[in-house]
Amino acid sequence: MNSDLIVTLIKYAVMFAVFINVAPIMVWVERRGAGLIQDRPGPNRVGPIGLFQPLADALKFMFKEDVTPALVDKPLYLIAPVLALMPAFTTLVLIPFGPTITVGGRTTPLVVTNADTGVLLFLAISSLGVYSLVMAGYASNNKFSLIGSIRASAQLISYELALTVSVLAVLIPVNSFRLTDVVAYQQRYGWNCLPQILGCLVFLIAAFAETNRLPFDLPEAESELIAGFHTEYGAMRFALFFQGEYSNMAALSALGATLFFGGWSLPFIHYPHNLLGAVLGLLTLVAKIAIAMAVFVWVRWTFPRFRYDQLMRLGWKFLLPLAIVNLILVAALTVAGVLKPLNP
Amino acid sequence: METLIFVIFAALAVGSGVVVVVHRSPIYATLSLVLTLFSMAVLFVLLGAPFVGAVQILVYAGAIVVLFLFVIMLLNVQQEEGAHARRSAQLVAAILGAIVFLGMFWLAFRQTTLRAPGPLTEELVSLKGLASALFTDYLLPFEIVGLLLLVAVIGATVAARRPGAETNAPQDDYVAEDPSSGPVLPREVRS
Amino acid sequence: MSVPISWYLLLSAVLFAIGAIGALTRRNGISIFLSIELMLNAANLTLVAYARQWNQHTGQIIVFFVMAVAAAEAAVGLALFIAVFRQRRTIDVNRMNLLQG
Repeated sequence: MNSDLIVTLIKYAVMFAVFINVAPIMVWVERRGAGLIQDRPGPNRVGPIGLFQPLADALKFMFKEDVTPALVDKPLYLIAPVLALMPAFTTLVLIPFGPTITVGGRTTPLVVTNADTGVLLFLAISSLGVYSLVMAGYASNNKFSLIGSIRASAQLISYELALTVSVLAVLIPVNSFRLTDVVAYQQRYGWNCLPQILGCLVFLIAAFAETNRLPFDLPEAESELIAGFHTEYGAMRFALFFQGEYSNMAALSALGATLFFGGWSLPFIHYPHNLLGAVLGLLTLVAKIAIAMAVFVWVRWTFPRFRYDQLMRLGWKFLLPLAIVNLILVAALTVAGVLKPLNP
Repeated sequence: METLIFVIFAALAVGSGVVVVVHRSPIYATLSLVLTLFSMAVLFVLLGAPFVGAVQILVYAGAIVVLFLFVIMLLNVQQEEGAHARRSAQLVAAILGAIVFLGMFWLAFRQTTLRAPGPLTEELVSLKGLASALFTDYLLPFEIVGLLLLVAVIGATVAARRPGAETNAPQDDYVAEDPSSGPVLPREVRS
Repeated sequence: MSVPISWYLLLSAVLFAIGAIGALTRRNGISIFLSIELMLNAANLTLVAYARQWNQHTGQIIVFFVMAVAAAEAAVGLALFIAVFRQRRTIDVNRMNLLQG
């Protein structure tokens, strides 16, 4: 086998390990976090402070009976949960997780594919995530699921607009679609979240809507729609949706961290271009993802759910105009020379 | 290698394209259109247009087709009886389709110069070349397309607005849960 | 080795013909729309293939415009279907015959 392929596979394995472990860890964090915020203990029976709860949950998922309801649309019903994992585990190849390192005479940038169209490809692939929700809701042959799907399709394309426009603003001064260039830009000129605070805010709110998290979890809305699009799913199929939701949160967190908070780098610190630098870079990125995930949990247990028309109004009449104002502002500042371009 | 990728995705595009046209369930037809669009995006990348490929997935598969699915689910369009036209009409359509195909076939193979494209150049693949062409030579069409989209947004909003709808609450988005419009019922038992 | 451009043109012809037949034979408004999207995409493939052949960006740029027009067409068309469905409870194009004498 040729050695380039092996290097690529190792890099993918590293990122895969990070993303696959997000869900089990978040099971614990989410429930203990909820306990903390609601002034109750949370899970505390399995292991010290409930640490083995994810393990118990995983066992439960595996041994539960796998029920397929009689009147579902079989092919779509079976494909949908698998598709839920696709966007996160595809887009992670575009996230840089360390400096360019030289190991054993081989120099390689720490990103699986440094595609020319990086950010655009990320947005394109993650926009396909909506199909999993739509297929699940339609195939379930259940009116609550169908309503969940209708909401999901409208919500995701509405907030994708604001998200994309806020991301475009970041790329104007960077002059490139590559995420490695975005990180290099922030190493030189400081984190983007300061000059682009508006865009950062829009991105944050849109990210909540894109991942169906409270206060925008309308497609699931357990108090109105039972469990929305995944009402009819149980056992491992439900677990796949669960894993998909957390992996998608991690993927968007990683994108946000890379675009607005320096990615794998820290200000004023230069990591060495060897294995140590790789480890430090990865740890920095993971720490940033962890902070973002903590914010997700914090917001979930703090805010009530929006009503559907409120959600649409917020997306179209507030976030999108704000994102466009930010885009114009950044473009003007770049032309005026306040924001310096990376490669003039 | 390139030939193999071409053959796989060309076959996928044609296969799912046929499903789009013949499948009775609109949901399946729409989902296989996504598959066609995806294979086309791969072919675009193969032709040295990675940006067009990415935009194809982002705009077409990620937004336009989702809009189709939204409307199909909102109106609860079911597979209807006799979704196709009459026999004679089908025959006419098939003949017209064959004529179209043969015409394009002849155009494609008339010019022998088309058979050997040169190697991909950096200039064609690069985003810079594409962007500078789009924003200099094609600036006017670009602006006009922007205007067209604005008109389309306004037109769509006006067309889909319920007659006599109040401007404040509940908006058109709410139609899904309004019992007076598209009935959301479980599908009947199938054999 | 690279694939001859004429193969792409052939594929595009096949897809265009499939879409044309679909648009002519289906009666469901949504299915007709889907067939038209298929035809537009076949045209796009031709444009990108010629851009590759002559090493110019023009073809790719026209594809952008086609996509934008397709988006506008989908938005307006689907809005019209919703309006028609409200009135007549169907989107079968054969039954949209109010203006037929």
